[in-house]
Amino acid sequence: MIVREPVLRTPPRNVLQACGQRVFQIIGEIGRASMICFGGIAQMRYVLRKRSRKEVVRQLHVCAVKSLPVVTVVAFFIGMILALQIGIELRRYNQETLIGPAVMASMLREMGPFMSGLVLAASVGAAMAAQIGTMMVNEEIAALEIMDINPIRFLIMPRLAAMALTVPLLSFYTCFVGLLGGAVVSYTQLSVPWAVYWQNAMDYASMKALYVGLLKAFLFGFTIVTVSCYEGFCTRNGAVGVGQATRRSVVTNFLVILVIGYFVTRLFY
Amino acid sequence: MIQFEHVTKLFGTKKVLDDVSFRIERGEIFCIVGPSGTGKSVTLKHMIRLLTPTSGRVLVDGVEVSDATGDALSRIRSRFGYLFQSAALLAWMNVYDNVALPLREKTKLSEAEIRERVMDALSKVGLEKEVEAMPADLSGGMQKRAGLARAIVTQPEILLYDEPTSGLDPVTSRRIDDLILDLSRRLGITSVMVTHDLHSALSISSRIAMLYQGRIVELCTPREFIHAKAPMAREFLESQYITRRGRWESGSGFEPLS
Repeated sequence: MIVREPVLRTPPRNVLQACGQRVFQIIGEIGRASMICFGGIAQMRYVLRKRSRKEVVRQLHVCAVKSLPVVTVVAFFIGMILALQIGIELRRYNQETLIGPAVMASMLREMGPFMSGLVLAASVGAAMAAQIGTMMVNEEIAALEIMDINPIRFLIMPRLAAMALTVPLLSFYTCFVGLLGGAVVSYTQLSVPWAVYWQNAMDYASMKALYVGLLKAFLFGFTIVTVSCYEGFCTRNGAVGVGQATRRSVVTNFLVILVIGYFVTRLFY
Repeated sequence: MIQFEHVTKLFGTKKVLDDVSFRIERGEIFCIVGPSGTGKSVTLKHMIRLLTPTSGRVLVDGVEVSDATGDALSRIRSRFGYLFQSAALLAWMNVYDNVALPLREKTKLSEAEIRERVMDALSKVGLEKEVEAMPADLSGGMQKRAGLARAIVTQPEILLYDEPTSGLDPVTSRRIDDLILDLSRRLGITSVMVTHDLHSALSISSRIAMLYQGRIVELCTPREFIHAKAPMAREFLESQYITRRGRWESGSGFEPLS
């Protein structure tokens, strides 16, 4: 059951009790959020049903197509900034031709998945938390439960499927657009020929960097849906609660994305 | 059919329901009235396990709702229709899709059969011309009627109404009352209605329970309720001009149905 009765805690008597309460609260929150995530994964068996397909396509449109303009601008400027900062340093050693590999390594390993993850967390994730939070305070989730429609299958599963597909694709797209931005700066500001930039960049690209980056992006997709929908489901207190849930979802997503990013990097490098 | 046995509900230290016991019979129209914040909606939500009692039991045909989980809870809930105070329509679906939702998700009916059932439900609430409208484009009253259509489209045995006539104009309110009465008489649906509208409660209900500070202070037929002794019931009747200045005492024919 998603709709839960409000939990009213007794106020702590001292700092130690307050810390203990908070620790148990966080463990409970992680447990409930994990149940939402694994519940959504378990419901993936319905993903090819006609009605689920329709909703997945709708979510793909929201997650991928609508995010494309902002992802493009962010990726292009990140690539430009990276190329400029690295190029300025490399020019001191007459090694400007290495800008391509440096931008490629940064984008493929870290910046691609991170930037796409953060942009989607701030846009799509926040929208998910706000929408589900509003549904919660308007009793729409309760209505689904009374109609015996599983909110995890109806709401979470299509979003999980869409984000699991979208974030890796957008991550790859971010890498490409970032490299393009880097190429523009290298050519116009640092006088590195296009062909040299691309040739050096492609020489440095590795399959490992690509698949680790895509794995990160895939995990970020799951994280964004889980955190955002969990915060949405925890919403109470009307419009104020929706605002708080949205803010919490963005902050938590950013933190979790950074933590997961570090540990995946640590695991593979 | 629905039985409350010594149900007490606490939110933190606040007692919302205090040892509430009553029984609703099959086919009955049972109204729960009382001032705001006295536990009416909480009582309704216990019937369908949106809330569970702190102590006591809620039973539907002898099956304990408060303990039900999984398939048992699904079976119980499939017997209910619920009209929320806020209608609770899904904002991204039009009226037709909202009403069709439970049929599409929970039955194997063809789209043609679904269409027939949905149009029938919408025509009962007078919304057959609004099938394409989005919930945000409807007035509060129309949203509520669409919510009612969604509640009745599955042809449930028991219908729970949370303030079905609040925010509606008097003509539409009476139309909703007639519909509740019609569903009860024609299809034998058991109805439980939470309302502030005593005119509505006195007109269509078979019994009225008055909740005050979490306790039932009156449980009687509409005719008996008019002559209730409990001060809160008297105040409630007078506040709606039913006993002091209303048509009932003037003898001009406010005839409650039983």
